Amino acid sequence: MSPTTLAWLVLAFPLVGTVAIGLGWRLLPGRSAGWIATASIALSFVGSLGALISLLGRPPAEREVVSTLYDYASTVGVDARLTILVDPVSVFMMLVVSGISMLIHLYSVAYMASDRGYVRFFSYLNYFVFSMLLLVLAGNFMPLIIGWAFVGAASYLLISFWYRRTTATAAGIKAFVMNVIGDAGLVLGTYFIFSHVGTLDFLKTFEAAPRAFSGHQGDLVAGCLLLLVGAFAKSAQIPLHTWLPDAMEGPTPVSALIHAATMVTAGVYLIARMHPLFEQAPAAADVGAIMGCATLLVAATIGLAVTDLKRVIAYSTMSQIGYMIMGVSSGAYAAGLFHLYTHAFFKALLFMAAGSLIGAMAGIQSLDRMGGFRRAMPFTFGCFLVGGLALSAVPPFSGYFSKDAILVAVADRGGWHWALCVLGYLGSFITAVYTFRMIFRAFLGPPVQEARELERGHLHHADVPVNPMTGEEEDADVGFPGPEHHIAERSPTMRVAMGVLALGAVVAGLVEVPDVTQAIERFLSPSFQGSPLFEAQPPGSLVALGLVLGAILGPAGIAVAWMVWVRRPGTAGRIRQRLSGVYDLLVNKWYFDELYDGAFVRPGAALGRFAQQTFERVFVDRTLVGGTTGIVRAGSAAVRAAQSGFLRYYAALLIFGVAAVALYFLILG
Amino acid sequence: MAEVLFFIAGTGAIAGAIGVIAFRNAFYSVLSLVFHLLSLAALFLLLRAQFVAAAQVVVYAGAVMVLYVFVVAYVGGESSLPPVGAGLVPLASVFAAALAVELLIALLGSGLAVVGSTGAAFERTFGTPAQIGELFLTKFLLAFEVASYLLLVAAVGAVILARRRRGLPEEPGEPPRHVPSPGLALVGTMAETVHALPSSERARTHQGGW
Amino acid sequence: MAIAWYLAVSALVFCLGAGGVLIRRNPLVVLLCLELMLNAGNLALVAFSRGHGSADGQIFALIVMVVAACEVVVGLGLIVAIHRRRLPLDVDELSELRG
Repeated sequence: MSPTTLAWLVLAFPLVGTVAIGLGWRLLPGRSAGWIATASIALSFVGSLGALISLLGRPPAEREVVSTLYDYASTVGVDARLTILVDPVSVFMMLVVSGISMLIHLYSVAYMASDRGYVRFFSYLNYFVFSMLLLVLAGNFMPLIIGWAFVGAASYLLISFWYRRTTATAAGIKAFVMNVIGDAGLVLGTYFIFSHVGTLDFLKTFEAAPRAFSGHQGDLVAGCLLLLVGAFAKSAQIPLHTWLPDAMEGPTPVSALIHAATMVTAGVYLIARMHPLFEQAPAAADVGAIMGCATLLVAATIGLAVTDLKRVIAYSTMSQIGYMIMGVSSGAYAAGLFHLYTHAFFKALLFMAAGSLIGAMAGIQSLDRMGGFRRAMPFTFGCFLVGGLALSAVPPFSGYFSKDAILVAVADRGGWHWALCVLGYLGSFITAVYTFRMIFRAFLGPPVQEARELERGHLHHADVPVNPMTGEEEDADVGFPGPEHHIAERSPTMRVAMGVLALGAVVAGLVEVPDVTQAIERFLSPSFQGSPLFEAQPPGSLVALGLVLGAILGPAGIAVAWMVWVRRPGTAGRIRQRLSGVYDLLVNKWYFDELYDGAFVRPGAALGRFAQQTFERVFVDRTLVGGTTGIVRAGSAAVRAAQSGFLRYYAALLIFGVAAVALYFLILG
Repeated sequence: MAEVLFFIAGTGAIAGAIGVIAFRNAFYSVLSLVFHLLSLAALFLLLRAQFVAAAQVVVYAGAVMVLYVFVVAYVGGESSLPPVGAGLVPLASVFAAALAVELLIALLGSGLAVVGSTGAAFERTFGTPAQIGELFLTKFLLAFEVASYLLLVAAVGAVILARRRRGLPEEPGEPPRHVPSPGLALVGTMAETVHALPSSERARTHQGGW
Repeated sequence: MAIAWYLAVSALVFCLGAGGVLIRRNPLVVLLCLELMLNAGNLALVAFSRGHGSADGQIFALIVMVVAACEVVVGLGLIVAIHRRRLPLDVDELSELRG
């Protein structure tokens, strides 16, 4: 089968899954909805593998295949077609998305088993996978924008999955609003680019770009910056990042799938896909690199201070995406996508393990309440370790090679990019610190009550379910988490999923060891032909330096974490007291939320109040509407006075009229 | 001779008109109008309109005025109200006078030749019933027919306006009961065709339209 | 006599009738004044007919008489109906036709 046929099938399976589950939920017995959803994604994954094989069967020059299914509108130069582009980048993304999604679906079958909204969950998950696949397979700006918007919608639906929880719905709205800002940026950027290139098709755009923008560099930079707005909103980079930590209100599989492995990487994919435009507009690319670097540092520092388990992992996601954005903005396309691929493994693994740990804590997510689970949950502990080591870029785990590849490629750009590289390594060090802070606090030290109960074989159960953030009481009916909690140690499906990911986290990096196996770079090269930045190979000495530095910094960070949180337990408290200002800044997430609240939310609310109370009530209602009706009413009353009902009055009017007309004719006639 | 007759008839016409508007008693007004009509008939004769004069006397003074007399007899000529509405007299006088002045100016100042002349050359057949009849049936046939239709409509209208409403008999053979009119609350004929006031006696027994 | 005299009489009677409509309160008398106006019109018509020498004006006058008769019939029917309702026969009181 041709790659495009397989790609259409890959798109079709999740769509069929979501529709079937969504419409036929009454007919599905028991927990079969989960298995149907998992099966559809598994079929998608098989299709992606088939597409890979089929693509590899072609010579490298022919590995960009386009297929159009439906011509939505081709008028006035706007060629809005449902086109997919199957090339190495999209096949790569397809594999990552469908593979990780399949494992997360498998995990969710067990994790969400007692939730009343089980069927709805899987329908939404399949819908999300469909949207993400549409996004990465798009060969035309139109399906890209459609997929972009759909994943935003899926994110909203899944974040506010437990919809009776007010914090969840508020978080969903926040995520959606910020995503819409990104959507607007994306559409406007598309317009800027389209207005010069005259086509929405990707390949044709890239071909026509050098000519079309030769005198309009400003427009290209503007268009690319707007695309960056879209990328930043979706990938939670500064300044559009505040939604990601709040998005942890969703169930853990959602966090694993959407907010770690796939949706937030859409921005990285976008920049990599649009690389010809970004290479022509280096100003925009530089903005992307700088913001990516800033995000990775800010997020890493916040990760040192927050105490909610899932939020620590969320900030680490933000930080790692910052690496990827920095990489693809600086021309390290293969490295950036490589890090995307390895990050998907270990981040999803960390989230799954976190879900297991939270299940053992009966829904509590605060690190302050956790401790000493090492003996009670060995499998979860092992997964955390594997994921943490990969995240901290300890050799030979996968994260080591990928993060290193990015930083070396960035340094190779020369000039001020050296600063980005240095900051990247600093961030890498801090990453190791906070990752192992989390692991040590949760698993080492004296066991807490829940851990001791679990060691004796009893899974802790909360008497009254509460909201982990606010402590409000809840129940276990639909709209809230189910009554039972599931941990990996007791659930084979969860163990299978986590095991596969753990294996990937260990070995996935070996496909792109520098100068040994450059499989990903070679695979992706047909997509990046003609790109000088892609071709540039850093010198061997730089690569070696980078490998060594990375190998040192990772374990160094772990050592620091060990000292502060395990060997000398009071150290963290003392540091906090001495640097209380810094600590406050970090705990309050660098006050971004407060800034946005003051700059946008409050003025918006005030504007709304003004519009309703003053403008609407006084001006529109009283003056415009009331004034108009008042004038009409007064006029009618005045005219009505002529209808007095008195016959003689009417007659007088008549005769007066006749006399007037006669006078007129006398004078003029 | 004709001038003398003209002045007598003209004066009589104007006097009759003044009498119509001046008398308090409506009956006297009617009689005054009859006098006015007869004077007008004389004027018509002076204008050699024989048939019109005869029709004026027979139809207008004879039939229409008799109708008026009957109604005044039924209604009553005396009324307790002052005959002239206060406040409107000076205004009405002004309007009417203004109108009169204008008309007179229009007439007397007009350049129409016919106004100044004493009339066209006289033909023997002018104004005769024969001529009128011939014109009615040839040149003005449509007007003739429409006028007869109008008369029919008026007659039907008069019947409708003047009928009494009665309740239907409860059993066949019983004479219809007289139903008192609803009084001031319901005015106009519209109220009778609508089954208003379900609480009233009339509504209970009133079964249908006619 | 010149036609103008007849027309002058007609104008005077017409204005007297108009004034009467405005002044009198009894609807019966108002109808009478309307008759005055119609007759004034008739007189003018016949005068002009004599002036032109064609009988068209007289035909017109006859039709006006028919119309006047019909109008009187309907008007008097109304007055009779009003009287039967025990309503005051006063034009100023009968003022329901208002907005």
